[in-house]
Amino acid sequence: MLRRLLNNLRWSVLPVPGRVIAIVFFVALFIFPLITDSTYYLYILTISNLLVIFAVSWDLLSGYSGQVNFGHALFFGVAAYSVGLLNKYFGWQPWATIPIGALVATGVGVLTCFPALRLRGPYLSLLTMAFPLMLLGLVMAFKEWTGGEFGIPGLPALAATKVGEYYICLVVMTVAVLIMWKLTDAGSKYVRTGLIFHAIREDEIAARASGINTIRYKILAFVIGGFFAGLAGALYAHILGTVGISSLSMVMSFRAIIYVVFGGIVSIYGAVVGVYTLQTLLQFLGVGGTTFIGQNQILIMAIIVILILLFMPEGVAVWVRGKIERECPRCKLSNAAWRRECRACSAPLR
Amino acid sequence: MIERIIILTLVTGGVYALLAVGFSLIFGNARVINMAHTAFFMLAAYGLWYFMRQLGIGTIWSILITVPAITLLGILAYRYLINPIREHLAAVLLMTVAIAMAFQELMTALFSNNYWSIPALIPGYTDILGVRVTNQYLLTLGIVAVVIVIVWLILTKTKLGIALRATAQDAEVANLMGISVPRTLMITMGIATALAGVAAVAVAPLWTIYPDMWTRPLVMVLVIVVLGGLGSIKGAIIGAFIIALVENLVMTLMPSYSYLSMVFAILTMVIVLSVRPGGLFGVMFEEERL
Repeated sequence: MLRRLLNNLRWSVLPVPGRVIAIVFFVALFIFPLITDSTYYLYILTISNLLVIFAVSWDLLSGYSGQVNFGHALFFGVAAYSVGLLNKYFGWQPWATIPIGALVATGVGVLTCFPALRLRGPYLSLLTMAFPLMLLGLVMAFKEWTGGEFGIPGLPALAATKVGEYYICLVVMTVAVLIMWKLTDAGSKYVRTGLIFHAIREDEIAARASGINTIRYKILAFVIGGFFAGLAGALYAHILGTVGISSLSMVMSFRAIIYVVFGGIVSIYGAVVGVYTLQTLLQFLGVGGTTFIGQNQILIMAIIVILILLFMPEGVAVWVRGKIERECPRCKLSNAAWRRECRACSAPLR
Repeated sequence: MIERIIILTLVTGGVYALLAVGFSLIFGNARVINMAHTAFFMLAAYGLWYFMRQLGIGTIWSILITVPAITLLGILAYRYLINPIREHLAAVLLMTVAIAMAFQELMTALFSNNYWSIPALIPGYTDILGVRVTNQYLLTLGIVAVVIVIVWLILTKTKLGIALRATAQDAEVANLMGISVPRTLMITMGIATALAGVAAVAVAPLWTIYPDMWTRPLVMVLVIVVLGGLGSIKGAIIGAFIIALVENLVMTLMPSYSYLSMVFAILTMVIVLSVRPGGLFGVMFEEERL
């Protein structure tokens, strides 16, 4: 077991720079609390990890299965509000409410399918954008229960310490990203969903002609995307200790799109890179809104996005990966860009 | 009551129509969902306010500076920011969102998060059939009617309009017929932002001006354009008046629930879409049909 793991590390991780960076990144996240115990930095990273789950679930639904969703905050907000309401009126604790919140979001995902499956392209995107806004109207209409614009304050924390919360969110994030990565891996031997999502996105008629029940897989994409976005929303509510209307707003929906497209759409690692460059880095640089960067955070973010997109329209992470890795023309294995021949089949790389 | 609903529907519907026609033109020709469309509208309103209230330039001159400046800005944004990455659909979408955010934050940084207003361009009232109507409403209606007729004439009668519609139908064939598609798209973007600028002129004295004023019209424009059928000019105009009617009915009949007007507008769209998945006057394209 251990031997196989070491062999894997030696032969299929170390020779590929992208994978080395990913491993180093996750190890760094796990040992981060040992370096500093500043609650501010821990808090920022906790929030970032939840946004990573949110962004990756958008990438699975919109990038992989091609159903571009402009209202992903629907799942996030539904889960956050169900957690908040269950806690406020029944006094349930986080370990019970968070799975229920995620399941409610999954149910909402299935409900969204019924109108959404009839539509495609921009019509689908704009229809999905409408759902969270409608729910926002409902939240405002039932002010006595939902608290209106003030939200539901006073939710219990996930763990006694900030470090505990950090580790809970980090572990959930790692597991969620691993699951979604495996589900969307088109080359996987065990799961077919990745390949089928790719087929549906590229050509739905051809996929249907090949005997794939495309409707079922499109619903599945909504279910998976809804579940993980809901998980992120439920955890987010407990980390902040409050549920507000911002969790359903259009800004929240667009945050997912911004992170994913910035990092690189149709690539799970792109969403992680997007969140960690745009959200975390800017928060770290603009400590508490005192510096110039802190005061004009959104403006600087928008300008960075505009400039980066002009030069790397396929996304930062995809662009960087293209620079440091090269695919073998014969066996399709990725190699470090500085190798002259493929590490497996020794075909010349250039 | 009824007269009030009719007048308000005509005014808001007209403004929405100006915005939706511009949005629809860009989508139909360049296949770009321009989320920054109403941000240009916000910018034009700010420009008008700045020239009139801060610099004290006359009304006519403020309009004559603002609208061409906004048009130029739209063309430049298209030429240097959107056109280079047009093949990457997701990147274009994010680019327009980023442009809109940059505009909003820029206005916040320059003029703070305050609410501003412009006095009516023509003060006073007029009696129409026993209803007292502010002259500003009449002016807005007049501007909207004239501009929509001009756009309609340009699109149907001139060579440029034929080129625009040909590009919208099939860019490749239009290119083969000797129409310069990149130039046509730039002109489309110019017309669309000019319409947003005119809409701002028409409505700035009626609405408050603040950095976030573009999001609500954006949602309304998206609803209208989907309701009427993406890329259809006729659909955009008719959809604008339908949505304005719904909005004003809610606002007048249920004043305590006026914040729900957007929800009802969206509900209308969902109902229409569930009956007709392509909108009222949706144009289906051969390669996009399934």
